[in-house]
Amino acid sequence: MKIKLESKNVDVYYDKLKALSNINMIIPENAVTALIGPSGCGKSTFLRLFNRMNDYIDSFKLSGDVLIDGQNIYEKNILVDELRKNVGMVFQKPNPFPKSIFDNVAYGLKIQGIKDKEFLRKRVKDALVQAALWDEVKDDLNKSALSLSGGQQQRVCIARTLAVEPTILLMDEPTSALDPIATTKVEQLITSLKEKYTIVIVTHNMQQAGRISDYTSFFYMGDLIEFDKTDVIFTNPKQKQTENYITGRFG
Amino acid sequence: MKKYKEKLIEFFLKLTALVTILTTIGIIWVLLSESISFFKEVSILEFITDKQWTPLFARKHFGIMPLISGTILTTIIALCVSLPIGLTIAIYLSEYAHIKIKKTIKPLLEILAAVPTVVYGFFALMVVTPFLQNIIPGLAGFNSLSAGIVMGIMIIPFISSLSEDALSSVPRSLRDASYGMGATRLQTSFKVMVPAASSGIVVSVILAFSRAIGETMIVAIAAGQQPRLTLNPLVPVETITAYIVQVSLGDVAHGSLEYKTIFAAGITLFVFTFILNNISYWIRKKFREEYE
Ligand SMILES: Nc1ncnc2c1ncn2[C@@H]1O[C@H](COP(=O)(O)OP(=O)(O)OP(=O)(O)O)[C@@H](O)[C@H]1O
Ligand SMILES: [Mg+2]
Repeated sequence: MKIKLESKNVDVYYDKLKALSNINMIIPENAVTALIGPSGCGKSTFLRLFNRMNDYIDSFKLSGDVLIDGQNIYEKNILVDELRKNVGMVFQKPNPFPKSIFDNVAYGLKIQGIKDKEFLRKRVKDALVQAALWDEVKDDLNKSALSLSGGQQQRVCIARTLAVEPTILLMDEPTSALDPIATTKVEQLITSLKEKYTIVIVTHNMQQAGRISDYTSFFYMGDLIEFDKTDVIFTNPKQKQTENYITGRFG
Repeated sequence: MKKYKEKLIEFFLKLTALVTILTTIGIIWVLLSESISFFKEVSILEFITDKQWTPLFARKHFGIMPLISGTILTTIIALCVSLPIGLTIAIYLSEYAHIKIKKTIKPLLEILAAVPTVVYGFFALMVVTPFLQNIIPGLAGFNSLSAGIVMGIMIIPFISSLSEDALSSVPRSLRDASYGMGATRLQTSFKVMVPAASSGIVVSVILAFSRAIGETMIVAIAAGQQPRLTLNPLVPVETITAYIVQVSLGDVAHGSLEYKTIFAAGITLFVFTFILNNISYWIRKKFREEYE
């Protein structure tokens, strides 16, 4: 098992509010790691550390080290734009641009300055195939992405992220706005992607974490309570708190 | 008792609305009836095609084109100034500036629109024109260039404020998506935010345009009072509004043909702003549907 992401002694503050305290955790390569825990426990904050999306929050303060492939990504010489090309993110609510499906998926490549039409078309197709959307939209790539259903929109967003070929995928409750059928599609997609990607997914759905993840970490009020293989967490957790949360006896 | 009070309030609200509508109808009525009697003496064809506007001279011509060209010329110059500056400010405020800076700068900018236009007029005539004459030797004392530039400065806040509102109302999630893909602030601004806010931005430009067309004081003071069919920004021109002021303040007899030219000019102006306002209304309506 190769370590892809790592956090060492990470504390996060929003002004005076301590959102994460002393998080030490590793995330293995080519696996799906689920982050679970009650609302407000810091899952999104933790996830967004790895593509530095918290940087836009004025009150955000971080101490400790956040590593990708052993490199501290909060060092001064790190180019955030470059970092994010390697670390894709899928958000809770589908957020396609008000552009065509094609332009949405090609966006990341275009901002990298790629103009070659053939190349763009190929990458867009590959990404849509990977995102299990190609068959549904292949005749209509110039249609506005906003005219698609919520589940299709979310898959456009996933395709958009895949098109730039990152190695890490961060997903913050990617199926919470989707119906069961779309959810199943996205879950199958995640499982099929883990050969090539390191995936970290935040979810409130215990069954989902159980179905798709290899590792699970349980957060509670800014603390990392337990991190282990998913089957261990779900069948034989070491911490009482974890067990209570998973079995729904929480409160 | 309570019901009675409600009824009374409702009655007053209705009355206010009615008064407003009646006033508007009254204005349009006067404008129309006076210009109809003008067009009984001067054909619309002459009004539109004649290249001279000299109703106050012995050899009278009634071609509105010189006034329209003066109006459009000063307006275009104003937009050339206000559009790039206003948009840059809007993008800076919404995408780059810290929230505290934004909260200070926006109201400060809006002061620009609150300065009495007569002040701008004199500023154009006494400061900008002499300054520009140092750079451009052929510049006349009255000209559309400095009037246009100063008018442009005046309408900057129309564009910057309204465009900033449009940019800020683009969902935060689109910005996140773009940054999340590794886009820079500049790329995010121009590839995502501006296109997503485009209808709001266009509306702000149209409103600024409409404001510039109707602006009177600055052009009356600094652009001159010589109707001239030209696109040369260095010579005196006259705008529709400036002409109306000139004649209103002059001593033409009420009811005379010269007097009625005011209304013909006025209705031309009205047609322009009416069309512009309708376009912006239409865009706004369409824009709202888009986001539903
Ligand atoms: N932008 C912000 N400014 C200030 N405080 C914030 C901000 N974002 C999050 N917080 C606080 O940090 C804590 C952790 O929030 P976070 O969003 O990471 O929780 P979460 O586990 O993702 O919750 P949820 O399951 O509801 O998404 C919360 O107490 C929250 O109020
Ligand atoms: Mg969250």
